[in-house]
Amino acid sequence: MMREEERIAEAELLLEAYRTRRPIEPLVKRHPDMTLDDAYAIQSIQTERRVAEGAVIRGHKVGLTSHAMQRQIGVSTPDYGVLMEDMFYLESRDIPTGQFLQPRVEPEIAFVLARPLRGPGVTIADAVRAVDVVLPSLEIIDSRIADWKIGYFDTVADNASSGGLVLGSTVRRLHELDLRGMGCVLRKNGHVVGTGAGGAVLGSPLNALVWLANTLGEHGVELQEGAVVLPGSITQSVPVESGDTITVAFAGLGTLTAHFA
Amino acid sequence: MDDNTELTEALALELLRCETVRQAREPLSAHEWPSLTVADAYRIQDASRRHRESRGERVIGVKMGLTSRAKQKTMNVDEPVVAWVTDAMQLPLNLPIQTDRFIHPRVEPELFFRLGSALKGPGVTKEDAANAVDAVVAGADIIDSRYHSFAFTLPDVIADNASGAGFVMGPIMKPIDAVDLELEAVLVEVDGIVVDSATATAVLGHPLEAVAAAANLLGQRGLALDAGDWVLAGAMTDAIAVTEGQSLSFHFSTLGSIHLAKGE
Repeated sequence: MMREEERIAEAELLLEAYRTRRPIEPLVKRHPDMTLDDAYAIQSIQTERRVAEGAVIRGHKVGLTSHAMQRQIGVSTPDYGVLMEDMFYLESRDIPTGQFLQPRVEPEIAFVLARPLRGPGVTIADAVRAVDVVLPSLEIIDSRIADWKIGYFDTVADNASSGGLVLGSTVRRLHELDLRGMGCVLRKNGHVVGTGAGGAVLGSPLNALVWLANTLGEHGVELQEGAVVLPGSITQSVPVESGDTITVAFAGLGTLTAHFA
Repeated sequence: MDDNTELTEALALELLRCETVRQAREPLSAHEWPSLTVADAYRIQDASRRHRESRGERVIGVKMGLTSRAKQKTMNVDEPVVAWVTDAMQLPLNLPIQTDRFIHPRVEPELFFRLGSALKGPGVTKEDAANAVDAVVAGADIIDSRYHSFAFTLPDVIADNASGAGFVMGPIMKPIDAVDLELEAVLVEVDGIVVDSATATAVLGHPLEAVAAAANLLGQRGLALDAGDWVLAGAMTDAIAVTEGQSLSFHFSTLGSIHLAKGE
């Protein structure tokens, strides 16, 4: 367990890493006794600072949702981060790669909520009723920790390694889609770099939405009407650099293109 | 060129013996035949095909191996391999795998294609394959190397019929134009947890490339695929070991599910 001053100092180091684009050493190196509560507190301090400066929270992402990632990090729970207004990028328009430190991309099935969801006690039925539309998306993940040498607490403290996101323009409703069986192919500069199915996300992307609503609920936070939720990646993440073009095809949910300028 | 005819016959019988008695052995290239080439290995494979037929098995088509770039890199090759599939290798859908039939079985989710017309290489393209194929099913390919720990060179695995041991056909057959072959996906569940997923694009960029490759590889040996033949197109994900007391399911997007459990 860390003292409040220590949490603030770590949050400031992370905020500084965004500004300088110079990554820092893992937090757990400085604080081996760090807990999950410390990690989420460090994330919250950064969020509060950004909101105080005028940033607007537009949704949440869920991370660590695949069996492979959970095994790699050594956990069996996902984590979450916040999506700010300035993290949204447009498809088929230049994305300023230099904004990021060490960006990678992940294809996801994004939800937009028609009504609020507040846990605890949120069921799949509640989640289904709350989802307005489903959009194809590409999450840009990034790490303020050098060389992505992250443990569970490092990534939680670092806003679940969020960077940005691109939402596509094929709009569907839940009953039009097979979220679990939905195939997805990720290409980088025309080469297939990953394939998978929606069920790779915690068995179903809806499970991630339920987990998020209930976990936020424990902290008194509600998912608001219009919130965007990224439930987790369908494939392994792929590094991107300036000049790369990423295309994603989703069965029944169209395609999405992201160009990294 | 035929200096090795006797050795070819002997090793074909030896690998069939290992299959029958469920015993893994040293790779041929590490023991009887250090200079074994790909061409030699296909001659061993063809010799074992003849032995299978003479004991009453009927060849129903071929299976493709090394169809993922990751596997090709591991083996340091840039081409897949082809092997024979007989009716005796088919196992019933959704019954436990009789593991006492195998040495160290692993299972791979695949698409299986049935040809409506013949395909003869060389020069067969994905488009030719699309025209020749009349149906697709989901499948599970059971591999079981006759070599210790699945450790082998490329010629070794070709001689061993690409580790082929069994297959299960899924419940739903569709015409190929009824399936989006690039986006048809599989979820691999072990004990109810999704551990892996992929689409058929993982097979050579498009699974019909595997059908074309099958015809072209056979064409190099003057052989062809006939109408009615099946092509087991190659693994969509890594192979999953079948272990004690574990349940394993492949759920395909539109081609149904295959449940595999270890038998008594």
